Amino acid sequence: MRDQGDRMRKLLYSQKLAPYLFILPFILTFGLFWLYPVIQAVVMSFQKILPGMTTYIGTTNYSRLFGDRIFWLALTNSVRYMVLTLVLLIPIPLLLAVLINSKLGNPKIKNFFKSTMFVPALTSVVVAGIVFRFLFSESDSALMNSIVEFFGFGPVKWLKHDLTGLAALLVIAMWRWTGVNMMYFLAGLQAIPTELYESASIDGANAWQKFWSVTVPNIKPTIVYVVTISVYGGLAMFLESLMLYGNNNSPFNQGLTIVGYLYRMGIEKNDMGYASAVGVVLLVLVLTINLIQLTATGTFKKETR
Amino acid sequence: MTTTQPSPRPANPGPAPTRRTPKKTRTLGQRIFLYAVFAFAVLLCLIPLWAILMATFQPGNMVFRNGLNLGLDFSSAGLQNWVMLFTDSGSYFVWFGNSLIITLLQTAGTLLVSSFVAYGFAMYEFRFKTALFVCVLIILTIPFEMLMLPLYVQINNWKMSDSYLAIILPFLASATTIFFFRQFLRGMPRDILEAGRIDGVTEFGIFFRLILPLMKPAIAAMAILNAMASWNNFLWPLLVLRTPGKYTLPIGLNTLLTPYGNDYSLLFIGAFFSIIPILILFLLFQRFFIEGMTAGAVKG
Repeated sequence: MRDQGDRMRKLLYSQKLAPYLFILPFILTFGLFWLYPVIQAVVMSFQKILPGMTTYIGTTNYSRLFGDRIFWLALTNSVRYMVLTLVLLIPIPLLLAVLINSKLGNPKIKNFFKSTMFVPALTSVVVAGIVFRFLFSESDSALMNSIVEFFGFGPVKWLKHDLTGLAALLVIAMWRWTGVNMMYFLAGLQAIPTELYESASIDGANAWQKFWSVTVPNIKPTIVYVVTISVYGGLAMFLESLMLYGNNNSPFNQGLTIVGYLYRMGIEKNDMGYASAVGVVLLVLVLTINLIQLTATGTFKKETR
Repeated sequence: MTTTQPSPRPANPGPAPTRRTPKKTRTLGQRIFLYAVFAFAVLLCLIPLWAILMATFQPGNMVFRNGLNLGLDFSSAGLQNWVMLFTDSGSYFVWFGNSLIITLLQTAGTLLVSSFVAYGFAMYEFRFKTALFVCVLIILTIPFEMLMLPLYVQINNWKMSDSYLAIILPFLASATTIFFFRQFLRGMPRDILEAGRIDGVTEFGIFFRLILPLMKPAIAAMAILNAMASWNNFLWPLLVLRTPGKYTLPIGLNTLLTPYGNDYSLLFIGAFFSIIPILILFLLFQRFFIEGMTAGAVKG
């Protein structure tokens, strides 16, 4: 009895064992809910899965994927969306953050501005989807059509055409994420020591030169981070399109994304093997882009130190 | 904090006024530009919310047909939807309650588990530490959407589908939360640990009794971020849940968005009302929201 008690006490005080017990929940979650499913996805992508019967079919799913016109369309749609969100959701929030961080203006007004810009991020994708679906209604009394009519154009069937549908998706993305990205940049900007700007002023730099030679290099880590999550978010976008079009079938698949195709094949058509191949392609794409980016900018090294 | 301190600079006698005037007009122009940009951006942010607020005062079918706009049609406007929401809204408050339960359980669970894990990473040296931490970073860059199919199969095999446990469990050790807590803990002096050990407290006692209370600000930030994510979570619960009585708010709202419905009033007012709890939280705890959301960002 006493021996057992001693051993128990030793266990509780052991500094060697403690760290493993602390991180055990992570090891379990990582193994069961991340690693195992990833391996499963790779295995399933080489299989044909029918109820009660699974056969190994080699790379058939991948060669089928390669010749699948709709898959390429979904891939193009996702990449196009991702690139455009990068173009819109990095410079604009950065500009707004620089304006907030400038010495100009009343701090109270700036605080109100910051908070308000953040509010759209509180809405769920379902609510955002419902709101924008009806702002972009075909009816000539919906807001977007009243605006174009004000400029002398007829009512537009926004969600029936490829480019206007894409524009609606981008508007949703900008509405929800401009404020959040702005806050990321602001956090980065506030960490820059003011002496750097002062010495740049002494060297006779104007505002534009200060921006490029002091601001940008110093918030590089923040930019890297925002690019990383935007690549991920852009390539994995699905729900915005699902909600905007009301279901996963947009006209001529103009709103179909990689994840939308994965969902269609796996959940709606129950072709799990083929859908897993779609998932693996997405994973490889995201990991490759982000690993290249994170290694090139030296972020990985810094964070594991 | 610093605003109460007197300025350390001596009173400025002021340079020649002729040099100051043009600069002043320039800053005035800049200030007008600044406020114009802010006003424009705030307007764009609030217009969609205003539009759905207006929709709560109109008959749902009319909004469904005509789309959202900024004005009210006074011939049909009224409070009937708000009365309906509180007296005759079917399953709406069941969904609301379900969302509330899941949000509470998920937030509490994630905070406990993630702080535990983060403490292990921040305060100890052990074998495979770097490799394991790289796993945390990798999770941050893996799209969940890629895992959802095998996870869905797995949950079905384990007979866990249609349960709240299946919604919560995979995200208990949240990578973002672990990352944030670890950053926070690394800035903490390790003397506390040594002092605890000298006093004969166990390693876990040190965490629960000495460290956890000090983590309050970090926990507040992550509580809000996790609560928001959980309240708004849609895709994974959509796959897991089957019984309509267990639906969460986003899933319930989504079922209202069919082209075959005959009354869309609940769709619009329900969507608007679902923002309110999180909006109140935001207004009360803005600082923590912003800290939580910007937590992942690498600073400096």
